[in-house]
Amino acid sequence: MAMLEVNNINVYYGAIHAIKDISFCVEQGEIVTLIGANGAGKTTTLQTISGLLRSQTGSIVFEGQNISSTAAHKLVSHGLAQVPEGRRIFLQMTVEENLEMGAFTQPNAGIPQDLEMVFEQFPRLKERRRQVAGTLSGGEQQMLAMGRALMSHPKLLMLDEPSMGLAPILVEQIFEIIRNLNQNGSTILLVEQNAQMALSIAHRGYVLETGKVVTTGSGAELIQSPEIKRAYLGG
Amino acid sequence: MTFLSYLINGLSLGSIYAIIALGYTMVYGIAKMLNFAHGDVIMVGAYICFYAVSAYQLPPPVGILLAMVVCTVLGMVIERLAYKPLRQATSLAVLITAIGVSYFLQNSALLLWSSTTKIFPNFFVIPRGAETSTGFSLFDGQLNISYVTVVTVLACLVIMLALTWFTGNTRMGKAMRACSEDKGAAQLMGINVDTTISVTFAIGSALAAIAGVLLCSAYPTLSPTTGSMPGIKAFTAAVFGGIGSIPGALLGGLLLGVIEILAGAYIGTQLQNAVVFAVLIVVLLVKPAGLLGRQIREKV
Repeated sequence: MAMLEVNNINVYYGAIHAIKDISFCVEQGEIVTLIGANGAGKTTTLQTISGLLRSQTGSIVFEGQNISSTAAHKLVSHGLAQVPEGRRIFLQMTVEENLEMGAFTQPNAGIPQDLEMVFEQFPRLKERRRQVAGTLSGGEQQMLAMGRALMSHPKLLMLDEPSMGLAPILVEQIFEIIRNLNQNGSTILLVEQNAQMALSIAHRGYVLETGKVVTTGSGAELIQSPEIKRAYLGG
Repeated sequence: MTFLSYLINGLSLGSIYAIIALGYTMVYGIAKMLNFAHGDVIMVGAYICFYAVSAYQLPPPVGILLAMVVCTVLGMVIERLAYKPLRQATSLAVLITAIGVSYFLQNSALLLWSSTTKIFPNFFVIPRGAETSTGFSLFDGQLNISYVTVVTVLACLVIMLALTWFTGNTRMGKAMRACSEDKGAAQLMGINVDTTISVTFAIGSALAAIAGVLLCSAYPTLSPTTGSMPGIKAFTAAVFGGIGSIPGALLGGLLLGVIEILAGAYIGTQLQNAVVFAVLIVVLLVKPAGLLGRQIREKV
């Protein structure tokens, strides 16, 4: 049984049918990516899994438990964490307070240790721990958003467009970190517009188009597919 | 010396506005709504304390505590029944509901406690022989300061410090700040936004009870509409200081109180409120977000 199974979900924004019968799964230890153009439904899919949006049909099963109607704030303790699109860190709070918020569902005693774990992964954050998060650069904010999600010890980490708005060198760095997290045992669901980068680190990928899954395959297969090359990889 | 005495009166009135403004500003910061019923919660608090002390002969501290408990519950019930179902509604619908709740509270008070003005007892006295002293004099009797004034200003400072500590150091306080910035992201952290909003209403309403007792101790007439004008003034104070900001509520409240008393003394009591609101207009023209309000800036 897969760690996460999304079965035939349909999501509407008012009259707009944003997600049309999407199904996919994520196995323990995998990096799975959802790629597709703007408006394909990638972010909507992630927000539905994390409970911020609701599907009208189907089910979302996480570790054998149907979570499709569980409140968003309860999913964190199930082991789901999301790094949202646009990072959405708390700009008025300090770096350390942002990380503490990530550990909101964790007992107090373990927090100092978890902070050290995140600081080891992102040394830049340690230097800036007392700084207000709004003063960080875009790349640092992305690291903070990822560190904040890691504070809850997620079994499944969902990342929404981690490369958005970052310089190419930082994009490389962020993807390297994602690969490292995965090698250290995190299961990752990655949503990206940067299909090239996403497919190069993913075990498997799903291609979304106007709310539907149109193709699926291993990262290596998809990156080679002429159709994908033409549509998403600029060649 | 008269100026000093006006200034002290202004600070005392301003402290009451500040305590009320904290309730407005915290609720606005987190629920992004203006709770116009907040002023009437003050009135309810004052009535509870009045009856507890004068009808049931309870000691004043117990009366104040009882008022705080009743207002806390009232605030949470109002939020649960009137505002929570409108979480996804337009802000206009919420605003009209808040005005409705305000009238509901005033008219319930009219039914329960009649329109007859009650004379609120002054608790802040020290027995001295056969007489009771309500204050003390400085500079050979040139400056009289009542104990109510001292208690009011101190209460305001203590509340400010406590709230600043609470929002900066506790898990719930930090969760409140997180919710006020981004409710969706707060939920992704595992924060229960509904609980956080409920706690905010509870704190604001408990403060309203304290403000009600202090207000009626300084200005001892109590009727079902007692809370409405101070409520509007405190709302003005919150906007003045920058709505959503806790230090802003303190600054706005104190300034408003001082301006109001000084305008009344030197310009005329008829123009008192006109001056207060004229200052508000000027401040908002220069600093649209209020004195300590934050300008919305987005980083992409």
